Amino acid sequence: MTDDPSVVVAPPLPSAGSSLHRRDFVRLLGGGIIVLFNADLSDLLGQETRTRGYPTDFNAYLRIAGDGRVTIYSGKIEMGQGVVTSLAQMAADELAVSLDSIDMVMGDTALCPFDMGTYGSMSTRFFGPALRAAAAEAKAVLLTLASEHLKTPPDTLSVEDGMVFLTSDRKTRVTFGQLAKGQKIVRTLDGKAVTKSVSEFRVMGRPEKRRDARAKVTGKAQFAGDIRLPGMLYAKVLRPPAHGAALKSVDTSAAARLPGVVVVNEGGMVAVLHSDPEAAEKALALVRADFEVPKPAFDDKTVFAHLLSVAGEGEEREKKGDLAEGEKRSVSLFEAKYLNGYGAHAPIETHTALARLEGGTMTVWSSTQTPFPSQQAIAQAIGFATENVRVITPFVGGGFGGKSAGLQAIEAAKLAKLTGKPVQVCWSRAEEFFLDSFRPAAVVRIRSGLDGAGRICLWDYQVYAAGSRSSEQFYDVPNNLIRTYGRWGSETPKMHLFATGPWRAPGANLNVFARESQIDAMAAKARVDPLEFRLNNTSDKRMRRVLEAAAGRFGWKKAAAPSRRGLGVACGIDAGTYVALMAEVRVDAATGSVKVGRIVCAQDMGVVINPDGAKMQMEGCVMMGLGYTLSEEVRFDGGRILTRNFDTYELPRFSGMPEIETVLVKNDELTPQGGGEPAIVPVGAVVANAIFDATGARLFQMPMTAERVKEALVAVSRKP
Amino acid sequence: MRDSISFRLNGKPIHLDVDGDRTLLWVLRTDLGLTGTKFGCGESFCGACTVVVDKEAVRSCQMPVKAVRGKDVTTIEGLEQNGKLHPLQAAFADSGGLQCGFCTPGMIMNAYALLLKTPKPTRSQIRAGMDDNLCRCAAHHRIVQAIERVSAPA
Repeated sequence: MTDDPSVVVAPPLPSAGSSLHRRDFVRLLGGGIIVLFNADLSDLLGQETRTRGYPTDFNAYLRIAGDGRVTIYSGKIEMGQGVVTSLAQMAADELAVSLDSIDMVMGDTALCPFDMGTYGSMSTRFFGPALRAAAAEAKAVLLTLASEHLKTPPDTLSVEDGMVFLTSDRKTRVTFGQLAKGQKIVRTLDGKAVTKSVSEFRVMGRPEKRRDARAKVTGKAQFAGDIRLPGMLYAKVLRPPAHGAALKSVDTSAAARLPGVVVVNEGGMVAVLHSDPEAAEKALALVRADFEVPKPAFDDKTVFAHLLSVAGEGEEREKKGDLAEGEKRSVSLFEAKYLNGYGAHAPIETHTALARLEGGTMTVWSSTQTPFPSQQAIAQAIGFATENVRVITPFVGGGFGGKSAGLQAIEAAKLAKLTGKPVQVCWSRAEEFFLDSFRPAAVVRIRSGLDGAGRICLWDYQVYAAGSRSSEQFYDVPNNLIRTYGRWGSETPKMHLFATGPWRAPGANLNVFARESQIDAMAAKARVDPLEFRLNNTSDKRMRRVLEAAAGRFGWKKAAAPSRRGLGVACGIDAGTYVALMAEVRVDAATGSVKVGRIVCAQDMGVVINPDGAKMQMEGCVMMGLGYTLSEEVRFDGGRILTRNFDTYELPRFSGMPEIETVLVKNDELTPQGGGEPAIVPVGAVVANAIFDATGARLFQMPMTAERVKEALVAVSRKP
Repeated sequence: MRDSISFRLNGKPIHLDVDGDRTLLWVLRTDLGLTGTKFGCGESFCGACTVVVDKEAVRSCQMPVKAVRGKDVTTIEGLEQNGKLHPLQAAFADSGGLQCGFCTPGMIMNAYALLLKTPKPTRSQIRAGMDDNLCRCAAHHRIVQAIERVSAPA
């Protein structure tokens, strides 16, 4: 599998920048069999996709060429999550061809069907069914052609490995390539194609190695910053020292005196460009600029009080029963506040784009999760018609929600338009930390109650600034109210001083940290084992199954916390997937540092397309989750971002790596659910609960740095 | 100021007339078109730019190109021989020791240097030796497995 070179994320550079219109592209793709969508896909794709704006317009999904090779076109992008493999598996299976005969073209606005973007663990859930239907339709067309070719009714034929043959005589056969050769068949899908049931899967459900692995281990995989064009310039853009700062004066004369430097000062953008990126950086250092910086309104410590004060009225998300009644029935009441600061996406590839204007078309190679929205934003920024902008997405070096805004692509396109040269913009690490759309700082308040029988009878949940994702109640609580305060991101004015945005499972990490910490505190007060307490309080079958599966693998032995063993449990639902985690931690009482020794992750994600890919995502989620849990926090003072590089923003490292074991809980009755995010959501909670079990100290703020853990240990030791 | 600098790059002699203060990273990525070596943080914290100079893993973003004069430089492009992957590359691919792939060249070059010094590292030696290379997708387990696969006694 590692020898397979047939993975193309973006097609080779086109020779000339001819303006590419959608209506031309059937011609552009050449002959063969092409399956398009032109139908209302809402039945096929479900209500959720319609409300999220999934396309119903002209779309091409796949093409079978005369040489038998199959090309899949997908507006999704590959940023490490592995869809370049799992989408190919789906198409190969439905078409009955080998995985090796599939090429992928992804994230090219000129060639691929419209897509809102790659986020929310939706590629397999929503693009997957459309792609499978397109492949099934193509197979039906091939069967009809073969029936004509072999002069025999379709029901006498079988299809296997890119070949149609007479069921009674395998030697009477014709290949897909032979059938497609010289054809110009364009089929429009009506959504009625019959896709395979799980029992018929041959390629889906089988663990497959990554198809992009060879390109990535040899250094040949191209990211946006790796594309070289003749005459290209590297740009550095002047940034303010703080968000909200206003440029009062700028002097670029010293920079302009450096040989080969091009200076741009237009429309509020000051940039220096050079054919050598380091020379551009030197030139930027020579730019003298005077900014007026507003007085800091709040910082990373006072932000939580600020959020509570500006969040405004709450919105009810879930309501059941009556809180007063719940309070009346409670024999013990619990009230707590949970905090989480701003988090950075910190992909190792910083935001990068290369733009070239040629023949009236602006082509932008961009590290983006959202090529189509980015195409529109670029067009608007440079005053072009959308169809005269083409965004091509090479491999993306990590996204996690952060590569959605696409400012770097707009900057590159503006500068390419102004200079007439191809221009690359590649943010420095400090720019990445400054311009990133952070996971918003947020607060959760919970008031809950236990009745005399150890049942949760009250749940009053208020989340500020994070949104409600994964806060949905799955415990059997008769009196339940969930409210959100402050709209997501920038929708509530004056809430944030800089851009905020989705960060791998937006809001869910804090919501699950808060809920599962609160549940744990209630279990401890009731002197009931935390797993048993959860099972006593939920009748949700999928949740019970993942909890039991995790316990089985972990070897969970019942004890009320704190048992001093350092064991924790937490669970959650995200993107339709159920996850339970169990962890073992050691806490160094002298320093407060936490070492996670082992984590078991059990997950029910419905039908699994690529079990190996799914497990990689589970492992990655758990390991990445340890970062937001233990160390990652953006420091700032007003609009000034103090975190500038990895020396002060501590990502998970090899030395902090626990043993991770993954369990896929079989559920073939359910269509595929999300895989890229769910396992990250309970990581904070499972560690917090294990810390409590180890020490009796409960942490209410993430990240649970050594300093905060030590403070909590001191506080608990002072209690009588 | 231009300097005349000769060294061996991926086994072949090479001669450059460049400003010797430019970093090895950007000379590789621009003048020489070897884009497998990545820019990640520019301050030696992440390891995406790791190359091997005279058997030592170095951060090419911090190394002026004049410092490799007369030395032996190996980049990710130099590991594959006659179309055959180096065992480490094959192990990273087969173990799934990568996701987005951006840190991968630096990871592999750092592991390559680690194994030159310590051909049979223990797991804790691998963790310590790889600790300053960052992977945001968190493929750490598979990376350790890949290195163990290559270094394990046959």
